[in-house]
Amino acid sequence: MISLPRNPRTRTWLGLAPAWLVIGVFMLVPIALMAVISFLEANPYGGVHFNFSTDAYVQIAFEYDLMDDLVFNPIYINIILRSVGLSVLATVVCLVIGFPVAYFITLQPPSRRNFYIYLITIPFWTNLLIRTFSWILILGRNGVIETPLLLTGIIDDSLGMMYTNGAITVGLAYSYLPLMILPIYASLERLDFRLVEAASDLYAHRLEIMTKVIIPLSMPGIVAGCMLVYIPSLGAFIAPDLLGGGKRLLLGSLVQLQFATARNWPFGAAIAMILLAFVVVALMIYAQSARKRARIEGDS
Amino acid sequence: MMRQFGAPLLAITLSVSGTAFAEGDLYIYNWSDYTAPDLVEKFEAETGINVIIDSYDSNETALAKLQSGATGYDIVVPSQHFVEIMIKEGLLQKVAVHQMENFGNVDPRWTYPSWDPDQEYSAPWNWGSASFSYRADLYSGSGASLSEFFEPSEEVCGRLGVFEAPDEVINMANLYLGLPYCSEDPAEMTRVQELLVNQKPCVTAYSSEGLNDRLANEDVIMSAHWNGYSKKGREAGADIVYAYPEEGIVGWYDSVVVPVGASNIDNAKIFMNFMMDPENAAIQSNFSHYANAIMGSEAYLDESLSTAAELNVPADVPVIFGEACSPAAQKLIDRVWTKVLQ
Repeated sequence: MISLPRNPRTRTWLGLAPAWLVIGVFMLVPIALMAVISFLEANPYGGVHFNFSTDAYVQIAFEYDLMDDLVFNPIYINIILRSVGLSVLATVVCLVIGFPVAYFITLQPPSRRNFYIYLITIPFWTNLLIRTFSWILILGRNGVIETPLLLTGIIDDSLGMMYTNGAITVGLAYSYLPLMILPIYASLERLDFRLVEAASDLYAHRLEIMTKVIIPLSMPGIVAGCMLVYIPSLGAFIAPDLLGGGKRLLLGSLVQLQFATARNWPFGAAIAMILLAFVVVALMIYAQSARKRARIEGDS
Repeated sequence: MMRQFGAPLLAITLSVSGTAFAEGDLYIYNWSDYTAPDLVEKFEAETGINVIIDSYDSNETALAKLQSGATGYDIVVPSQHFVEIMIKEGLLQKVAVHQMENFGNVDPRWTYPSWDPDQEYSAPWNWGSASFSYRADLYSGSGASLSEFFEPSEEVCGRLGVFEAPDEVINMANLYLGLPYCSEDPAEMTRVQELLVNQKPCVTAYSSEGLNDRLANEDVIMSAHWNGYSKKGREAGADIVYAYPEEGIVGWYDSVVVPVGASNIDNAKIFMNFMMDPENAAIQSNFSHYANAIMGSEAYLDESLSTAAELNVPADVPVIFGEACSPAAQKLIDRVWTKVLQ
């Protein structure tokens, strides 16, 4: 039998080793590769030449005009801002729908809660691509929504719901809604409802109970849910392509375009690094708020 | 370029493992849904070679995979301009296709092509074209000119589909404007850009997937299309007509090549020779709905193929094959496309 090291610190390290290995091999190494590629020169036929270059980053904000002068080029910055905007919108939609749903589940008797949670996970049984395709049938011309309206004469022409930013938002919100509901539910479930009763005894009305007791106490879940929706939305390209019709480039599609058709790996990698930066900023805000909360709780 | 051959959702990595013979293996790397299963069965039965298939969805993916070095593939099926790039990049082996027994079956129109002038590297697989298709029951035009696609009339505006990737779209624009492919002249590419930017307000979607679905449910009544794919849409019941505009259509031609590092070169050569047999070429065409370059295969083709308008190009319509663009030209293409989709 293998004897375990006595030193508890060594044992902790050994115990964590598999986690470090997985994070290192599957996350840090690929990110490092991406970072390296973003600082190399593009091989015009795909791949890279091993020469240091910052062209890829310069290209994000500037371009050479026909006279070979470096001029400001807002195209990619617009794409980045548009992606951030749509992701925030999808997150807000998820929150507005997800919070009441999670709250509703929390109010159910414990025996029934698991059943509702189970219902929420059902969509994950089907491939995301297929679920997104289904929205084409729902939103599209002669689709599930339009056909009854057309038949009853409420509308006489297509509503044109497909291939719009609205359709993208619906697709994103639908895809990631469970990721909002589950962490909020996890927070709310632990919420001590005696606090709600106490607030009520102290003459707080319903709105006050919600905004001053329930929401602050479920904040960790809300923030976690927002992160879980915002981060994948930022890089998504299935919904933008299928439901948005690919008319306006978003970050995910832009990265894909660079690695495939444009054969400009460094630029694709540089955009991916920018994407990563937005994710890290979001995570830092999260960490900051968690720290602040810990401090407040520590004070009390 | 992303090309769809069948149900896009079912791009399964098909692994046909027949009975294990002592003749060894053949690793084929092909577009998804593009290798006829009965062809593989026949090949395995005749030669005793075990075939393993892996798939990709774009030439760029295949190129990237070969460039990454570790492949293990014996056969790859890239399009003409990528054959040229792969030869230039030293990724392919000379296998002297012109000396193979069945080489005489290749239609002289397709022998010694510009992308492999000595026919050292590549044997024919399938070929096809890109143009646009329209719903004949909903559109009053005749598809006689690319102007109907690039400068759409009111009935098409708002119901027009364009490919997701720039390759064929920009080639089509070049044909329409009478410019060469892969232009390195910024002034010429500015004209292409203007054309595409002006077309955009009328475009419903830039997507290369579900082309027939959108035509069938009337989301669009005109769409950029590939000939064999368009044929499948027509046969599924929608009144879809593949247009042969007078300015010409964009051709593609996929070839069988052997990458450097292949471990079963002899089996790969056997396969190349096998594919130049008329009956075998026909089996592949019957599956993919695309034409082949082998004389005598007509006798084995399904009737729906030999008579299909999509596969028989009118004599007066030029088919101009896509080229491997220079880095300078590629940069202009990317710039135009990013401007269009910004």
